[in-house]
Amino acid sequence: MYRYDSYDHALVAERVAQYRDQTRRYLAGELTDDEFRPLRLQNGLYIQRQAPMLRVAIPYGLLSSGQLRMLAHIARKHDKGYGHFTTRQNIQYNWPKLEETPDILALLASVEMHAIQTSGNCVRNITTDHFAGVAPDEIVDPRPLAEILRQWSTFHPEFAYLPRKFKIALNGAEADRAAVLLHDIGLHVVKNPAGEVGMRVIVGGGMGRTPIIGHVIRDFLPWRHMLTYVEAILRVYNRYGRRDNIYKARIKILVKALGVEEFTRQVEAEWEASKDSLAVITDEEFARVAAHFEPHPYESLAEVDPVYVQSRADSRSFTRWAERNVHAHRKAGYAAVTLSLKKTGVPPGDATAEQMEFVADLADRFSFGELRVSHEQNLILADVRKRDLFALWQAAKSQGLATPNVGLLTNIVCCPGGDFCSLANAKSIPIAEAIQRRFDDLDYLHDIGELDLNISGCMNSCGHHHIGHIGILGVDKQGAEFYQVSIGGRQGNSAALGDVIGPSFAAAEMPDVVEKLIDTYLGVRHPDELFVDTVHRLGIAPFKARVYGDTREIARAA
Amino acid sequence: MQPERVIRGRRVENDAWVVVGLPPHEDLAAALPTGPVLVPLALWLERREELAARRDALGIWLKPHDDPAAIAGDLDRFSVVAVHFPKFTDGRGYSSAALLRTRYGYRGELRAFGDVGRDQLFHLARCGFDAFKLAPHRDPDAALASFTDFSVRYQGSLDDPVPLFRKRAVSGGNPR
Repeated sequence: MYRYDSYDHALVAERVAQYRDQTRRYLAGELTDDEFRPLRLQNGLYIQRQAPMLRVAIPYGLLSSGQLRMLAHIARKHDKGYGHFTTRQNIQYNWPKLEETPDILALLASVEMHAIQTSGNCVRNITTDHFAGVAPDEIVDPRPLAEILRQWSTFHPEFAYLPRKFKIALNGAEADRAAVLLHDIGLHVVKNPAGEVGMRVIVGGGMGRTPIIGHVIRDFLPWRHMLTYVEAILRVYNRYGRRDNIYKARIKILVKALGVEEFTRQVEAEWEASKDSLAVITDEEFARVAAHFEPHPYESLAEVDPVYVQSRADSRSFTRWAERNVHAHRKAGYAAVTLSLKKTGVPPGDATAEQMEFVADLADRFSFGELRVSHEQNLILADVRKRDLFALWQAAKSQGLATPNVGLLTNIVCCPGGDFCSLANAKSIPIAEAIQRRFDDLDYLHDIGELDLNISGCMNSCGHHHIGHIGILGVDKQGAEFYQVSIGGRQGNSAALGDVIGPSFAAAEMPDVVEKLIDTYLGVRHPDELFVDTVHRLGIAPFKARVYGDTREIARAA
Repeated sequence: MQPERVIRGRRVENDAWVVVGLPPHEDLAAALPTGPVLVPLALWLERREELAARRDALGIWLKPHDDPAAIAGDLDRFSVVAVHFPKFTDGRGYSSAALLRTRYGYRGELRAFGDVGRDQLFHLARCGFDAFKLAPHRDPDAALASFTDFSVRYQGSLDDPVPLFRKRAVSGGNPR
């Protein structure tokens, strides 16, 4: 993984010093709340319902075991002993003290981490495929490009006060595992017919209040121009994005207002005028950064491992875990493994300090001392020998990290919701738990098959409800918490936004509603047809009818 | 009354420039004050010849949405080009500055004024501003320290167009 050199170290240390002084001036009354807010936000600090929340960047989701141990240490020393992994591959602490945040940032800097631009109206953490570097369908490892983009975006002087937050995702494989269609900018690495590497540029996607699938504005951008082109997009956005209404300030609204064609014309014109700059990426820089992401010293192994085969034959529960939580690897005899943070009764994405330290040990023992955070809020050991899978499973099980539900209904993606977040309209964690309890029968879960269930506590959609096969959105109805349900959303190359099935429900009704949706599906599905495909084949009508009863009831509920 | 102060060339100096079009000189129909004035773009476009014939020094100021292209051909007429920040969180002026310096080749004094504080100076300077009129309640002497908040810059910009990665290639990056 990328290691800091003296420049990177100096930059982060200087940032800590700058923030320490800003915090001191704020506490001394020299900065008002309004003046301090953007400064603290660009260092990851929100003021929340119960306490401040600190969001720490995990660039493109990659962590070393040493970094994870530091995150555990911070959880124990400055929080209540746990952290929450987010859908943008970051970690959040929900209970730090404002006065202590400069010290936390200093601790992070000591392990080459930071909270720079994890919030505020600036370019946020760059995210990518959690199987980067190991996926069999990979075209180019996106991590060196993501790191180059991270450095470019860090304290870019022109773009520190954008109209609104700005999220960039990069995907280097055939399959999209970075939600590039749902970001302000999505960069999907492709090769042209001549075999040259470039990227498809997608702009203006996103969830939130106005969910939109992004638009391709360029089919092939030579990779050396990644920075110059992103700079052109950002300059157009910085100058012309709306600033009068926070809800209409994202780039997707600008793209919509101008039309994709006109927006593209403006970006291309800006790029023509500025592209031949020193920001064109050099081969030397690419090589320097890429050297940090060289493949690990893998052993030469057979693709089929007899120990693994035997263990699967011996243990039904191990097989079940292997079917869901073990993923293909480009190197023979190796696999990637998802350690689930979706155990029923635990808020999705939460990990205790003990679990983090345990996972750090597992990473050292089984996966070259590295791990990844997935946008589905799980942890991933990407380079495990197949022969070690059984031992890894047993170890993970002992710490509640082996729930065999990746891709299944109970692998719920969920924001912190009204229990913590001051933006939320409704709680999300108790809804997730109630649904997980209803669907606790593993045979039943496996029979239902692949199903993404995503929950957001408000329309900011941190829980990605729009792209859940079943999406649940917390809404406020005259001061009471209600839940709106949509179906048919999906992530990936054919990303789609779900359709709302009708009037919203009270919290206590939610497990029943989900069960009725599933019953409908089980009754009408074709063999091997996923829930989401059934929804797309039949539309929402049969699901709606089942959930709301007959038409009179639908009319009454509305 | 205390003289107005401005940071120029990393020093705090007295400032004689009067801004027309904002309080207390918001009336564009009134006679211009004597001495150096900064006029808004609209006034310049309307009364260009009269303003250019003035004996006192002339400058222009841009609102966040004003397109610097509108004065691209006139830049040698101004002793100062200023960009107004009604709120420090409105970042359009950073792009205005970058365009003035790069695309339109402006070499004279480029001034940021309005709701500007020390925590913006480092980025403003990087985008090509070389004069800074802080909000009235801000202490310009204390603010000078923030120009050296960072010794490392990843991107090229107006203060140094060579991105760090091109220097690393030469120096070998001094890895730890």
